[in-house]
Amino acid sequence: MTGTDDTPLLEVRGVGKTFGGVIALRDVSLRVRAGQVGCVLGDNGAGKSTLIKILSGVHAPDTGAYLVDGAPADFGSPRDALERGIATVYQDLAMIPLMSVWRNFFLGSEPVLGRGPLRRFDVALARRTVREELRSMGIDIRDVDQPVGTLSGGERQSVAIARAVHFGARVLILDEPTSALGVKQAGVVLRYIAQARDRGVGVVFITHNPHHAYPIGDRFLVLNRGTSLGEYAKDEITREELTSLMAGGAELEQLAHELSRSEDPPG
Amino acid sequence: MTVPTGIGDTPGTDDTAGGTGAAGGTGKAGAADERLARSGPARRLLIRPELGAVVGALVVFAFFAAQSPVFRSVEGVANWLDPASTLGIMAVAIALLMIGGEFDLSAGVLTGTVGLVTVVLSTRYGLPLWAAMGVALAVALLVGLLNGLVVVRTGLPSFIVTLATFLMLQGVNLGATKALTGTVQVGGLRRVEGYEEARAVLGGTITVAGAEFRVSVLWWLAVTAVATWVLARTRAGNWIFAVGGDERAARAVGVPAERTKIALFMTTAGAAWLVGSIMALRFTSVQAGSGVGQEFVYIIAAVIGGCLLTGGHGSAIGAAVGAVIFGMADKGIVFAGWDADWFTFFLGAMLLLATLANRFVRRYAEEMRH
Repeated sequence: MTGTDDTPLLEVRGVGKTFGGVIALRDVSLRVRAGQVGCVLGDNGAGKSTLIKILSGVHAPDTGAYLVDGAPADFGSPRDALERGIATVYQDLAMIPLMSVWRNFFLGSEPVLGRGPLRRFDVALARRTVREELRSMGIDIRDVDQPVGTLSGGERQSVAIARAVHFGARVLILDEPTSALGVKQAGVVLRYIAQARDRGVGVVFITHNPHHAYPIGDRFLVLNRGTSLGEYAKDEITREELTSLMAGGAELEQLAHELSRSEDPPG
Repeated sequence: MTVPTGIGDTPGTDDTAGGTGAAGGTGKAGAADERLARSGPARRLLIRPELGAVVGALVVFAFFAAQSPVFRSVEGVANWLDPASTLGIMAVAIALLMIGGEFDLSAGVLTGTVGLVTVVLSTRYGLPLWAAMGVALAVALLVGLLNGLVVVRTGLPSFIVTLATFLMLQGVNLGATKALTGTVQVGGLRRVEGYEEARAVLGGTITVAGAEFRVSVLWWLAVTAVATWVLARTRAGNWIFAVGGDERAARAVGVPAERTKIALFMTTAGAAWLVGSIMALRFTSVQAGSGVGQEFVYIIAAVIGGCLLTGGHGSAIGAAVGAVIFGMADKGIVFAGWDADWFTFFLGAMLLLATLANRFVRRYAEEMRH
C-alpha cells in the first residue's frame, strides 16, 4: 500500500439516488486512494449496483458529491469516466467466448499498422503485448490464441482486469468478480486484484462475501437497504465483525442459533 | 445471438486449468511453453472452421474422379470451377455476414435485379454499359443499406427482414420486366457498346493448360483472398467476429456494431452486383426469375465451410471450398452419367454430413485443449 498522495483518486461524499419513489441509495461516502482496495459489501438489494452505476458514470447522483482527484466529476456516460481512468469490469466481462484471448483483449481498441486500404490490425504487436501484459500481472495463460470461452471463470476475470489496467485504468471498479467462482478460482482473482493494487491502481471491489473482501481490503463500506452501515479501515474492524455487520448482526446470530440446535439435538 | 453449441458448454468447467494458472501466478514462463507445445499444430489445424469443408471436398473429388476420367481432367476442372466461382463469390460474402450474426435471403434475387437493371438501362434507355452497371451497383448497395438499416434500427431478425426484401424484389423483377417487355426476360446486351470489353473483364475466359477457365474464377479467388485478409488481419475483421459472437459485449467495448452490420449487408449486395453482372454479360439476357432459390445455396455453402448459424465463427476460405463442393457435385453427377434430379438429395446429405463433421471436429479440438 503506497498511499503517498493524500488526495483520493475517487471519492463520493453523501451521495444518494432515487428512482421514482424508491430510494436506492442514501448518504453514502467512500474514498479510494492509489494502491488501495476499497471494498463495498452488502447483500442483494443493498444498493451496490446503484453505487457502481454512479461511480462508473452510468447515473449521476441526485444528492452529494462525486470527486475525482479532488475535483467534482460530472460524468455524462461511462465513456467520460473511462477517459478519466475509471474503468468498470462487470460480472459478464464484455468478452466474446468464441474469440481468442488476444482478439478480445484489444477489441474496440485494436492497434493498427499501415495506412489507406492497407491499414491493418497489428496482430504481432497485439499478441506480444497481451502475452507480456498477462505475464507481468502474473497471469499464466497457456496460449493467447485459445478462445476466451475455453478459459476458466477466474482466468477470464483476470484477463478482463489486465485489459482494464493495460488501457490506463487508474481506478478499477470490479463488480462481484469472485461471486460466480469456486474457492480456488476466487483466490486466483484476488491475487490479480492485489497485483493491480501493487501497481498503484485504486480498486473498488464490490462483493457480498466478507471472506473475499477482508484479506485484500484496506477500507470497507457496508451497505444495507440503500444506506451505509459504516465505513471502516482494516484496523477498525475484524473479519467476524464485518461478517456479522453485513448479515445484519443479530439476525445472523439468531440463524446460527437455530441451525446449531437443529443439527445437534439436546441431550 | 446466443452462445453457439459445442463451445458454449466448455466455459467454467475448466477447474484444473485454473488451478495451474494460480500456481503459475509466481511467473514461471517455462511452464506455459510446455503446455503450449502440447496443443501442437495438428490440433491447431483441427480447430480451423474450414477443415470439414476441405475434407469433404477431397472426398467428393475422389468419389467423382473415380467415376469419371473427364471429371479429373483439366477441362473437367474448368467445367466444375465455373459454377463454383459465381456461387463462391456469393458464399464468401454471405459467410462474412453470417460470422457477423446475420442472414441475407435477398442476395440471390438481387443478382437477378442487378442483371435486369443493367440490361434494361443499356438496351432500352441507351445508357452506356458502364453507366448502366454503375446504376445497378448503386441499386444493389441501396438494397443492402436498407436491409442493414432496418435490421440494426428495429432489432428484427435479419431472416425476416431480408425474406421480405427477397419477396418484394422478386415481385419487382417480374412485374417490371413484364411491364417493359411483355415477356419474362430481357436481352440484347451483345449489341450494346462496350459489351466486349466488359465481357472480357467479367464474363470471359482465359486459357490455362489447354483448358478454358472462366475469368470469374479469378474474381472468386480475389474475393476470397480479400475477405480472408479482412477477417484475419483488420480491425473490421475483429469487429465482424465480435458483433456475431456477442453484440452486446462488442458494443460495451466500443465496437461500432451498427456500422459493421450495415457494411456487411452492403458487402453482400456488392457481391450480388458482381455475380449479377457476370451472369448478365455471360448470357447477354436475364430471366425475370433469375437468382431466385440461390439464397439458400449460398447459406449452405457457407455452413459447409464452417460458419455457425448462430454467428461469431466461420471462414471465408471455408465458404469458398463449400462452393467447390457444390460445383463438383453439380457437374460430377452429369459426368458420372446420373440423373441430375438427384442433385438436391446429394446436396442435402452433404450439408448434414459437413455440419456433423464440423461439430465433431470442434468438440474434439476443444476437449483436447484441456
